[in-house]
Amino acid sequence: MNAMVKAEAVHKSFGPLEVLKGINLEVAPQEVFCIVGPSGSGKSTFLRCINHLEKINAGRLYVDGTLVGYREHGNKLYELRDREVAAQRRDIGMVFQRFNLFPHMTAVENVMEAPVLVKGVSKAKARERARAMLDRVGLGDKTDSYPSQLSGGQQQRVAIARALAMEPKLMLFDEPTSALDPELVGEVLDVMRDLAEDGMTMIVVTHEMGFAREVGDSLVFMDDGVVVESGHPRDVLTNPQHERTKSFLSKVL
Amino acid sequence: MTAPLDKTAGDAPSPTDRAPEAIKAIPVRHYGRYVSAVIVLALLGLIVNAFAVADLTWGSVGDFFFDDQIMEGVKNTLVVSVLSMLMGLVLGIVLAVMRMSKNPVTSSVAWGYIWFFRGTPVYVQLLLWFNLALIFPVLNLGPIYKDEMTDVMTPFVAALLGLGLNEAAYMAEICRAGIQSVDEGQTEASQALGMTNGQNMRRIVLPQAMRVIVPPTGNEFINLLKTSALCSVVQYEEVLRKAQNIGNTSSAVVEMLFVATLWFLVITTIFSIGQFYLERHYARGSSRQLPATPWQRARQLVFTFSRGTGSGAGR
Repeated sequence: MNAMVKAEAVHKSFGPLEVLKGINLEVAPQEVFCIVGPSGSGKSTFLRCINHLEKINAGRLYVDGTLVGYREHGNKLYELRDREVAAQRRDIGMVFQRFNLFPHMTAVENVMEAPVLVKGVSKAKARERARAMLDRVGLGDKTDSYPSQLSGGQQQRVAIARALAMEPKLMLFDEPTSALDPELVGEVLDVMRDLAEDGMTMIVVTHEMGFAREVGDSLVFMDDGVVVESGHPRDVLTNPQHERTKSFLSKVL
Repeated sequence: MTAPLDKTAGDAPSPTDRAPEAIKAIPVRHYGRYVSAVIVLALLGLIVNAFAVADLTWGSVGDFFFDDQIMEGVKNTLVVSVLSMLMGLVLGIVLAVMRMSKNPVTSSVAWGYIWFFRGTPVYVQLLLWFNLALIFPVLNLGPIYKDEMTDVMTPFVAALLGLGLNEAAYMAEICRAGIQSVDEGQTEASQALGMTNGQNMRRIVLPQAMRVIVPPTGNEFINLLKTSALCSVVQYEEVLRKAQNIGNTSSAVVEMLFVATLWFLVITTIFSIGQFYLERHYARGSSRQLPATPWQRARQLVFTFSRGTGSGAGR
């Protein structure tokens, strides 16, 4: 079976600061793949490399068998044009820590914007599907609210619906519950759990160890730009092998 | 005094308890406010009186207010202001984009343009355009166009170029500030959804930038309207020049200046109202409740008074 995401020795630096120091991993289709680690370990940066929001400096990164951000001809790499990069991103949904909803649009407009603009879906059809999508995340009654009128948990669920509206084959979650009040975390995790049950391929950067153990199929622990330990979430979280993993988990669990 | 205190300390207040009586206190008297109001009104009265007894023929202000010459001047003022604002807006957006470009040549050229046009008085710029024929007697655009400069650089063209090119420098900075005020997460979100840079700019960034761009642009336009009075130095027949022409021949100098003043007030008031509604439009989603329009506020006020409870602001 082809991997949905394949990283080979991925390096990334911001100026003199090396953030990713050779990441190797594979994410299988329909898998829920969790990334945990201390802040500054490079996990969010790695996630952003997958849809080319950040350019990698060395290594190769493939999504569904296609190189991200470049075209390889012979032994040479050619940068893709902005338009081509945009086309690659259509199939990869992303959910941000700070939601990043479009504040000048209502919930339903947020969800229908990209299908209409990028995929050329008719407005009536996109609106109908956006309503269904909002219904799915439990916000059928909030379609005409602006983001500022919604709670953090509701905003994040709209953001998930917005990503799903593009019918992605892969979803990236960048600490989706970190900016939420504790009592609102559950509603977002519930939506993600449903999504996992429907067979969506998901890469989740998270601090929610409970979610990772319960829903995750694999888990990697990253520290200082490298993958320290990987395996099934239950094994890594309950029986960590490396000292760094142990000390991190002892602090967060 | 202590009995009710003891009671509340004893058992926790339950929501079913009867709400306490509303407070009816005697308000503090602000004597200072009465005094200052009287002083201000007295000073205002002095000024009004001074104008009333001054050697002015108020009648001629009314007589000439809708004079054909004046109306012609009002029209010219509006035409040159609106056109040079449009010119400033379009060129300003282009300059703002150039200024933010990664290409060092385009961004430096934009910087230089803004440096020159913001750094010199618009009065001087108007004179420079008007006298261009002294150094370039013939405008020669190769095979496309060729003519005497004095025929091309009419007072209107000089006024338009002087105001419009100057305005572009200011608009460029306003547009740049607006675009940069939009959170980077917005661009990231639209990129992650597969939008191109153009789509992101048009649908996501600019509509949000407008909230920051519109208020100073409105101020710019009102400034521009007033600055257009300077165009009389290039012989452009705007409202002030027309008024002065009449004033000089009829010896109603100050009266005609009042006519021009009133017309400027009328025009700027009309545009201020337009600006209010434009700002309200772009506030969608950013404030939970849009500011009430004057009409809505008037209705609220009437409603409050008609209830006649005297309990202060209507809730």
